[in-house]
Amino acid sequence: MSEIIKKFLYVNRKAPYGTIYAQESLEVVLIGAAFDQDVSVAFLDDGVFQLTKGQDTTAAGLKNFSPTFRALGDYEVTKLYVEQESLDERGLTLDDLQDIQYEDEDDDYAEKPSIIVVSRAEMADVMADQDVILSF
Amino acid sequence: MATLHTVNKSPFQNQTLISCLGHTKAGDAVLMFEDGVYGATKGTALSDAVAGLGADVKLYALGPDLAARGIDAGRLADGITLIDYDGFVDLVAENDRTQNWL
Amino acid sequence: MKFGIVVSEGPYTHQASDSAYNFVKAALAKGHEIARVFFYHDGVNVGTRLSIPPQDDRQIQKQWTALAAEHKLDLVICIAAAQRRGLLDENEATRQGKDANNIAEGFRISGLGQLIEMGIQCDRTITFGD
Repeated sequence: MSEIIKKFLYVNRKAPYGTIYAQESLEVVLIGAAFDQDVSVAFLDDGVFQLTKGQDTTAAGLKNFSPTFRALGDYEVTKLYVEQESLDERGLTLDDLQDIQYEDEDDDYAEKPSIIVVSRAEMADVMADQDVILSF
Repeated sequence: MATLHTVNKSPFQNQTLISCLGHTKAGDAVLMFEDGVYGATKGTALSDAVAGLGADVKLYALGPDLAARGIDAGRLADGITLIDYDGFVDLVAENDRTQNWL
Repeated sequence: MKFGIVVSEGPYTHQASDSAYNFVKAALAKGHEIARVFFYHDGVNVGTRLSIPPQDDRQIQKQWTALAAEHKLDLVICIAAAQRRGLLDENEATRQGKDANNIAEGFRISGLGQLIEMGIQCDRTITFGD
């Protein structure tokens, strides 16, 4: 839809459900996927809580949008950077997060993990490499 | 290829300023505005942490937001540059991208 | 330089829309172009014409409407965020069978694609939120 290809980074630093930011951030990512830009999504600080498995919003009466993260690969959003230090601080490991994969069309549609765990310094490098950063 | 980071939260309320300063690169600029200006004052429990983490970046505070909160320029920590909205606009233009730490 | 602005908090509760307004005014005065102001999350509430702030306080919606008229600003309210929060223009009110609309002059309702397009087309994108 556009001749210009920019590097877009969506930065998620807030936990889901307590506020709407995580949910409406995801809506932006999904819409943005239609624009054929170079998209990355960052999860740091409380943003890592968005990706935890086992979210059940039934009793709380909220909409559970966590399954949508597993569909991001279908929208060609395949780079989900998760900060190691943020996981550590919150007592989480990669095993606590959803298994999010995408099919690599350049590699015979092999299923590959979308989550890329990076150090804080590497996350800073990811941020410094962008054209547009949208924060939620 | 530098980044302007903006922080609008008091560092006594949450970790946003500290997180921001943990993700800056040498030569970046950090602007404290709105309630973020409380992070720019000296003699607080966090002054040393801000000065230490912010050693290799340029630190700025927005004058109108300091004035609104009754913070005299004399209470700014060393190494923090006072700017107005014109300076804010210049910082956005001079840096390659803006990251707003919300 | 071409700037795109995101406002992601509502008026009065947060300073975000005031900061964005001051920034936009300063940028215009310096000869920069404001390609679009995109209102998202509770930021959509800036665009209701039905707010009645006290006389001795700033009139946030009217400030934006006046600035938009003066500088031909494109003030876009996100439709998905707006529908959640009860912000409707005349067309959308009719389409949804609602008995009223409340969008202020100078604002228009459109999709999230306008946010991405703004990011693509602008030299700088700045978000004012919480």
